[in-house]
Amino acid sequence: MKSPSLLPLFVSNLKRRHLSERIWRIIFRSSTVLGIVFLSLLLYNITNQSFGYAAIDANIQPESLAVDGVPLEDLSSLQLQQILENNISKGRYRQLSREYDLATITTEEMYSLVWENVVEPKVEDTWPLFDSIFRKSEVFAEAAKEYPDAALKFISWVSPEFLTTPQSADPLKAGVRTAILGTLWTVLITVVFAFPLGVGAAIYLEEYADDNWLNRIIQTNITNLAGVPSIIYGMLGLAIFVRALEPMTSGVIFGMNDPQTANGRTVLSAGLTLALLVLPLIIINGQEAIRSVSNSIRQASYGVGATKWQTIWNHVLPGAIPGILTGTILAVSRAIGETAPIVVIGAATYITFDPNNVFSKFTSLPIQIYQWTSRPQAEFRNLAAGAILVLMVILLSLNSVAIILRNRYRK
Amino acid sequence: MDLSLRIDKKTANGDVSLYKKRRWGEGVIQGFLYFCGIFSIFTTIGIVFELGKESLLFFMNPEVTIWEFLSGLNWQPQAGEFGILPLVNATLTTTLFAMIIAIPLGLSIAIYLSEYASARVRGTIKPVLEVLAGIPTVVYGYFALSFMTPLLRSIFGENTVDIYNTASAGLVMGILILPLISSMSEDALSAVPRSLREAAYGLGATKLETAIKVVFPAAISGIAAAIIVGISRAVGETMIVALAAGAGPKFTLNPFKGAETMTGHIVRISGGDLSYDSIDYNSLFAIGILLFIITLVLNIVSQFIVRRFREVQE
Repeated sequence: MKSPSLLPLFVSNLKRRHLSERIWRIIFRSSTVLGIVFLSLLLYNITNQSFGYAAIDANIQPESLAVDGVPLEDLSSLQLQQILENNISKGRYRQLSREYDLATITTEEMYSLVWENVVEPKVEDTWPLFDSIFRKSEVFAEAAKEYPDAALKFISWVSPEFLTTPQSADPLKAGVRTAILGTLWTVLITVVFAFPLGVGAAIYLEEYADDNWLNRIIQTNITNLAGVPSIIYGMLGLAIFVRALEPMTSGVIFGMNDPQTANGRTVLSAGLTLALLVLPLIIINGQEAIRSVSNSIRQASYGVGATKWQTIWNHVLPGAIPGILTGTILAVSRAIGETAPIVVIGAATYITFDPNNVFSKFTSLPIQIYQWTSRPQAEFRNLAAGAILVLMVILLSLNSVAIILRNRYRK
Repeated sequence: MDLSLRIDKKTANGDVSLYKKRRWGEGVIQGFLYFCGIFSIFTTIGIVFELGKESLLFFMNPEVTIWEFLSGLNWQPQAGEFGILPLVNATLTTTLFAMIIAIPLGLSIAIYLSEYASARVRGTIKPVLEVLAGIPTVVYGYFALSFMTPLLRSIFGENTVDIYNTASAGLVMGILILPLISSMSEDALSAVPRSLREAAYGLGATKLETAIKVVFPAAISGIAAAIIVGISRAVGETMIVALAAGAGPKFTLNPFKGAETMTGHIVRISGGDLSYDSIDYNSLFAIGILLFIITLVLNIVSQFIVRRFREVQE
């Protein structure tokens, strides 16, 4: 029988190697699971804050405004007008009568005026969805203790009204309509400028450029531009589009500017800046797409006597379109989610009107989220979560379209 | 290769003319495409020119010296102090925390996906990573404020961890960069030819030993490039730190306190009222050019590493 010390080395350390193999496999696998955990935590957190109970306190309780036992909701327009006049200051009443024609507005509008100006609801605190569903009694107990006068209402911070109401200072009535429209306008301008330039550059680099020093510089330059932080693009846009080209971007040249403030902080500047930002992405993706069209197609086309441009337009581009479109969709997703450059350009932090032409002030969905997240009050946290849900839904649909396109193209 | 013959023009004796048909449209199109190609150079020139011009104005201001800029410990524009070290320090702290999360996890995921995972698992994990990479940074900033900071405060106590701190911003930034490092590393690992792995297995190595001692070193250039790109991304990240790391430049080595990074400072100042031609405006561009130089150098180094040290596979 052999003594252990004469056994070959590999037999004696086999156990140790297998053990360490098993340990590390577990470590690797758990890292992957951790990635999924992070994503779920993120989604859970956002959904959690988008719905929940809110303790709403009122300046004057609606019950105390009931006339002869008839609750506030059922009063007539005239009675509501009386309540309005009795409970708010003279100056405010005058201002309201100037804004709205109090004799002819509907009962619903009068009711909402009373609600806003007399009852004046204010959110005291909010609770997340998980607590609101599974720990309801504790939520109610806490609300009763801290805010005895407040009514607890279950609010869905994301709702169809949320999507269609413009922004407002009152968190209970704020919506993201201005932000969504601002984002749409900006992204439209971005695509209009970046798509032709990007695809053109990709075609040039792949089809027309010889391998000389200038073209190699252009190629390296594009790769470097893709890695520049987005805030630098914002500063570039600020210096060039907002400041240097102010007459053009504010619309003064065309006579279409905002009469009160003529400056370059418009949708046009933001769209152009984002176009510069996503240009390298479109070019790189376009190059890959064009490169993947097999050379035999080009040769065949030349063989029947087509010119270079005819070949590109009729044969290369149609084959490369799925890849180019995927790249464009990815670029659009990037542009939609960008905040830093737009903040530097100077998106308005609080506007309530919708943008109506390219020279108007604007805000965008990520800016809105940034705004609301920076406020400390609880209800703005919920509003931000709601806006994030909207943004994620938009982005997820865009990315799914891109993935479907890419899979069809791969086949 | 313009083989377009003028088949519509006939010579005197009825033969087809073999002169090339003039197509000026091709020239116009070629000119347009050339312009598109050159356009990106204009962008770079614009960046360098604008950043340089305003920074020059900044440094020509008598209140400011380059030495103080690069080594001063206070950034108080009102007091005339323009030392950038607090901002750089905060940037480095957040980047460090980001890399603490992103590098180990990213590399583990990359090794798992390329060496161990079946095609089905890979098909589910890769989309998850793509979604993580596509989430806008402002959403991560929200996540840092509403989840990571309370978590840190409950673990370490509310007295040690401030509401705004660089640690939680850095950790969430790590989650943001994780998919980037993992996908670039996985590409590098998959590019290693199968023959190397087979040779290792043939010698009796376990899967782990092959992965760590054979495949990983073979792909080291791609992995190093991935890490450097990740660092560059972390340095340039704005919204997460703007929301969660704090406002107000402060030089502190304690990651649980708030501090402002270079990018966060730029965003905060330019989001408010800013008059052109003030020293505050110019100082932003000075910070910007420093940021641009840092990220440019990192990107160039990463490209250089890939090109120079890529192992020649047969």
